[in-house]
Amino acid sequence: MNLRRDVFQAIADPTRRAILLLLASQSMTAGAIASNFETARPTVSKHLQILTECELLEKEQNGREIHYHLNPKKIKEIADFIEPFQKMWDDRFNKLESIMKNYKPQE
Amino acid sequence: MERKTKVNAENDRQDILITREFDLPVELLFKAYIEPEIVEQWMGTKVLKLENKPHGGYQFETTDPQGNALFRANGAIHEFVPNKKITRTFEMENTPFPVQLEFLEFHQVTEGTSKLNMHIIYKSVEYRDQMLKLPFAQGMNMAHNRLQEIVSKLK
Repeated sequence: MNLRRDVFQAIADPTRRAILLLLASQSMTAGAIASNFETARPTVSKHLQILTECELLEKEQNGREIHYHLNPKKIKEIADFIEPFQKMWDDRFNKLESIMKNYKPQE
Repeated sequence: MERKTKVNAENDRQDILITREFDLPVELLFKAYIEPEIVEQWMGTKVLKLENKPHGGYQFETTDPQGNALFRANGAIHEFVPNKKITRTFEMENTPFPVQLEFLEFHQVTEGTSKLNMHIIYKSVEYRDQMLKLPFAQGMNMAHNRLQEIVSKLK
C-alpha cells in the first residue's frame, strides 16, 4: 500500500478509534490488542498497520515482542483539528461582546 | 487562557454545536445579529443584504484591501423570533460546499448575561469535516485579522 495515509481517514473507523483508546494508557503487543476485539486477528493487524502508517502508532521492539504505543505528537494533531475553527468563532464572539459592551442606542 | 466559545463536533456526525456565554443582556446579543453595521464589525464582512424576517434573505461579502470580492455568502431566514431564535441557511458562493442549516438560539442567563447556541447541520459527515479543517477557517481568519488591523488603527 503506497497510498499516503490521511490521519483523519484513519480515525474515521470505530475499531481504529477503539485501538487508540486501548493504547492510551499502556503499550501492548498486537496479540494483546487483538484479544480485546471480536474481529479476526488479521483484520486487527490491518488496522494496526494503517494506524502505524499514518504515524498515530509507533512500534517498539522489546526482546522478541513488538509493542505498539501512541505517538503523542500525532494524537495532538487530531485533537487540534477543530482548533482553528474554534478560534475563529471565539475571536468573532469576543469582538461582538466588546462592541456591544460599548453600544449606545441611538435616540 | 480557556476560550469562552465551545465547539462540540462528535465523530461521524454531520452537525456541530457552538456555544458561548456572553457578558451581555440577551437583547444586546440579539441586536449584534440584526443590525448590519454591527454584524459587519464583528463578522469582518460587508453586509449586502439582511432581511430579519421569515422568508427574508441575507448576503455577506468579504473583500481584500483593494476592494476585490474574496468571499461571498448568502442564505434565507426561516424563523425569526426576536431575542430568542433565528433559523437560517448559509451557503458560500462559488465553492463546492453545499448549503448548511443553522439554528441560532439566544437565551437569557441573568439580566446581564446571555447564552448563544449555534447548531449547524451539514449535508454529510465529510462536508462537515472538510468545513472544520480546511482553508475556509484560514481564509476567514485572514479576513478577521484584516478587520483587527482596521480597528486597531481607529483606536
